[in-house]
Amino acid sequence: MESFQTLAVLPDMPVKAGEEVMRITGLYKSFGDNHVLTDFNLGLAAGENVVVLGKSGSGKSVLIKCIIGLLKPDSGRIEVFGKNIPDLGHLELDQVRMKLGFLFQSNALYDSMTVRENLEFPLRRHSIRISQREVDELVQHALDDVGLVHTVDRMPAELSGGMRKRIALARTLILQPSIILYDEPTTGLDPITAKEIIGLMVEIQEKYGSSSLIISHDMTCVRMASDRVVMLIDGKCYADGTYDELKRSADPAIKKFFE
Amino acid sequence: MLINTQNWKQWLEEAGDMSRFTGRFFSQWFRPRYEITEFFRQCFIVGYRSLPLVGLTGFIMGLVLTMQLRPSLIDYGVESQLPAMVGIAIVREVGPVITALIFAGKIGSSIGAELGSMKVTEQIDAMEVSGTNPFKYLVVTRVLATTLMLPVLVMLGDAISLYGSYLGVNIRGVTSFDLFWTQVFDNLSFGDVVPAFVKSFFFGFAVGIVGCFKGYHSHKGTEGVGRSANSAVVLSSILIFIIDLVAVQVTDILGLN
Repeated sequence: MESFQTLAVLPDMPVKAGEEVMRITGLYKSFGDNHVLTDFNLGLAAGENVVVLGKSGSGKSVLIKCIIGLLKPDSGRIEVFGKNIPDLGHLELDQVRMKLGFLFQSNALYDSMTVRENLEFPLRRHSIRISQREVDELVQHALDDVGLVHTVDRMPAELSGGMRKRIALARTLILQPSIILYDEPTTGLDPITAKEIIGLMVEIQEKYGSSSLIISHDMTCVRMASDRVVMLIDGKCYADGTYDELKRSADPAIKKFFE
Repeated sequence: MLINTQNWKQWLEEAGDMSRFTGRFFSQWFRPRYEITEFFRQCFIVGYRSLPLVGLTGFIMGLVLTMQLRPSLIDYGVESQLPAMVGIAIVREVGPVITALIFAGKIGSSIGAELGSMKVTEQIDAMEVSGTNPFKYLVVTRVLATTLMLPVLVMLGDAISLYGSYLGVNIRGVTSFDLFWTQVFDNLSFGDVVPAFVKSFFFGFAVGIVGCFKGYHSHKGTEGVGRSANSAVVLSSILIFIIDLVAVQVTDILGLN
């Protein structure tokens, strides 16, 4: 992790390999009469890649937004590094978010800013005391990781869909997160670009030893990126196992995804 | 039933949401963290970049108003009062209202569309995840900028309008530059200038808060963004007239008319 040595000012949350970094217990979330999550449970270990698989509208994005603190669950616990997200105040939540990267489904790059400004934004907003030279280095390294150093002064609108996804990933990486949450990382991409992005995700996970929680219904993504697959059906954790285990399942609800 | 209860319910709900949104602005604007850089950036965007349009429309308005008024004043034999009359009309009413409407069209729609697009592409959520209070960064800065910049634009617009009027006066007649301005300023009083200046702050606030509210609550994808921009202009224009109506009454009660 040589490229991120300058980020020593970030809050220290050391974890050992295999140790649980996230634990979701009895999570409920409803919108009116629409019960999206009902008693959902999930664990994530350090260095592990878990894919939450479910059909569209099954509540996958709601789950990931509850984890990052953008939505408040009705009840249940979401413990990240031992801290229960729904109980945290703004300052504590910001501290946890510095170690919790989030790749948005729509990339969420700021249209009015250049690629450089997009990448600098989290560094500046989290009040990290680092010099401009260090900021420049971090931007350079993050872009280097995704292979797009040459786009540093371009606007997001000038980039292709795949490039925008890579830049969004670089912005997620710039704070050196221990856990990266991916919300439908391959949506809207052609199969070749989608495979490149999945490859990049795996490469990054291997390089930095981070954990990943990937929300997807793309079976290529599930197959290539997952150590473990959790199936979200009717708001619950319906099945939990490796890709091969679930593929061999005789359960019709699970088989539908693998056909 | 003539009155559609569903529409009324929806309208009242939106009015309630907007009141809460406005309350949130007042509860947050003076609390740290202060977004000074973004505030000045917004002042530049909403103020400086609106100036050419405000100036052009103001100049044409002053010119046309003068040319339209001349025949009526000739009929009454008071053509010499043209600069005074146009000056009062522009400073008291036409300048602030027309500038505010132009401002609502340009800035209100732009804020509605920008925040709407940020909302539907999750950029507002991304800001929150990046340790930023998006309400302060996006809403407070924009509303403060529109509130403070519109009165400045109104003053400049009035001045440019009067230059248009000077041209209008001289198209059919001959009035010296000094005489024109002397007539304008001799007939303007404290009660003409101050209420018009004060109400411009309220116009600016209305444009900013409505644009931000509509954009911030945008949904249903790109269609929703267009709707946000459109309804931001419509609602802020209506509010400008309502505020103007109230301002006239208040000015009257205070004896400033």
